Amino acid sequence: MSTIEQSSAIAGGDRRPRRWHILVFLAPALLIYTAVMILPLIETLRLSLFNVRDGQSVFVGLGNFGVLFGDTRWAASFWNALKNNFVFFAIHMLVQNPIGVALAALLSVPKLRFAAFYRTALFLPTLLSFVIVGFIWKLILSPIWGVSPFLLDLVGLKSLFSPWLGKPGSALIAVSLISVWQYVGIPMMLIYAAMLNIPDEVLEAAECDGITGWSQFWKIKLPLILPSIGIISILTFVGNFNAFDLVYTVQGALAGPDGSTDILGTLLYRVFFGFQLQIGDKSMGATIATVMFLIILSGVCLYLFAIQRRMRRYQF
Amino acid sequence: MARPTASPFRMGLVHLALVIYTLIALFPVFLTVINSFKDRSAIFRDPLGLPMPKSFSLVGYETVLKQGDFALYFQNSFIVTAVSIFFVLLFGAMAAFALSEYRFRGNTLMGLYLALGIMIPIRLGTVAILQGMVATGLVNTLTALILVYTAQGLPLAVFILNEFMRTVSDDLKNAGRIDGLSEYSIFFRLVLPLVRPAMATVAVFTMIPIWNDLWFPLILAPSDATKTITLGSQVFIGQFVTNWNAVLAALTLAIVPVLVLYMLFSRQLIRGITAGAVK
Repeated sequence: MSTIEQSSAIAGGDRRPRRWHILVFLAPALLIYTAVMILPLIETLRLSLFNVRDGQSVFVGLGNFGVLFGDTRWAASFWNALKNNFVFFAIHMLVQNPIGVALAALLSVPKLRFAAFYRTALFLPTLLSFVIVGFIWKLILSPIWGVSPFLLDLVGLKSLFSPWLGKPGSALIAVSLISVWQYVGIPMMLIYAAMLNIPDEVLEAAECDGITGWSQFWKIKLPLILPSIGIISILTFVGNFNAFDLVYTVQGALAGPDGSTDILGTLLYRVFFGFQLQIGDKSMGATIATVMFLIILSGVCLYLFAIQRRMRRYQF
Repeated sequence: MARPTASPFRMGLVHLALVIYTLIALFPVFLTVINSFKDRSAIFRDPLGLPMPKSFSLVGYETVLKQGDFALYFQNSFIVTAVSIFFVLLFGAMAAFALSEYRFRGNTLMGLYLALGIMIPIRLGTVAILQGMVATGLVNTLTALILVYTAQGLPLAVFILNEFMRTVSDDLKNAGRIDGLSEYSIFFRLVLPLVRPAMATVAVFTMIPIWNDLWFPLILAPSDATKTITLGSQVFIGQFVTNWNAVLAALTLAIVPVLVLYMLFSRQLIRGITAGAVK
């Protein structure tokens, strides 16, 4: 990048003396960003093509990926983590984002009293760290502490209670719902902002035509907030395929029970950093990171080229 | 806002739905805080009860303060967060100023290059970041964390500040130039004060993920001297997992700073989001 800056500084030289100040303004941000973020990212992608044989780093092409996708030792845990990650994402899309939209719709009801209070309260969980959220829910869902059975009893559903976090069949859903509880504030706020931006004239015109309440939401507001729904979808996608912290605090690095909550982030941590008897493996860690990179990149590209372009933008 | 208000019945339903969800959002936090002040038997006998004189106990807090180095962890978190935010704001504003103020070849390309980091998480480069930190001897230092978080925060900061700086009037800057101000003083003395609200928004957005991050402290700085409060409470709670008093007290102590900051900055934060700073 530095060649571009220098040539640009020179390019400005026709009119004024060299504009070194542009370089000075840009340099610190560019240096740190490039050195700590971009170069390591490229290096990680490069490392995924190498492996250590007899203590020496050897180029193996796509060999690591072959091992990750097909080798008996790796493939099972990789495909399991990938599948779990898609389930994790699907639950967010099906639960978190609709609740977020619904809350935003309720908050943007005109002349709603205490709106500021609701907004502040509903956004609070989003600010808590995963450690707090993870442990609080671990305690609440714990069968040792009678809180969840007691609450279920209040609504007559006590028989439904079971130690959800400890059962392979329900653990992933429970962890995903904890994450949904924490992050519902983000789609809520972004959609709320989009709804505030809908001009009153549009809604008034709709009301003149007798479109109010539910049909107003479906026919007028929803189409107008579609771009924001696109944004929260891609934010959810990137966040979910990069997730690690919550599973790590709730279920530990092994993502138990029996790997049922293992997602790509926890798999990457175990493989790269090592855990208990497993020794850290840099090459395979880089390979998993590369797979995550490609998944996220394809999601972002799909959003930018397929979804965002087709979406109509309304100008008021 | 000349429209008629919805019927009282419908308004009541709206409030009911919002109150129910508010309870869902706040209940776990509330439950943790009240139980941290109770003795062990009261925690299990009556989890939903408020701490009464008879059941009141601070034994959990005593354990936390005796066993954990929470003051040090807190200090580490504070240093890492504050220094990272300072660099993100300073370097981010400088870069945003260069991109919004000057026309030079590669301007758009540079903007796109910096914007890449908004969508691609820095975590994916962890393997090579750790390698680099080992090579430069920065493992288990707060500097490593500060560098990573500065890089992580810059893309969004540049993006948001760039938008805001375009709204600063050109006449003002040109008047400054005619008065003989250098480009540096125009930036520091004219533009920076004017984008202060945007800087506050960026500061809040940058702060939350840094304060709450577990991944990089775990990998880059897990030593006792450099643990952040997030990692420190994770390890502490892991060790004391059967001591419910200690766990609940540690959780409450970890929530309090966030709550205080949120009380102070929630207006700024919510205004920042709803003003379309992150679209």
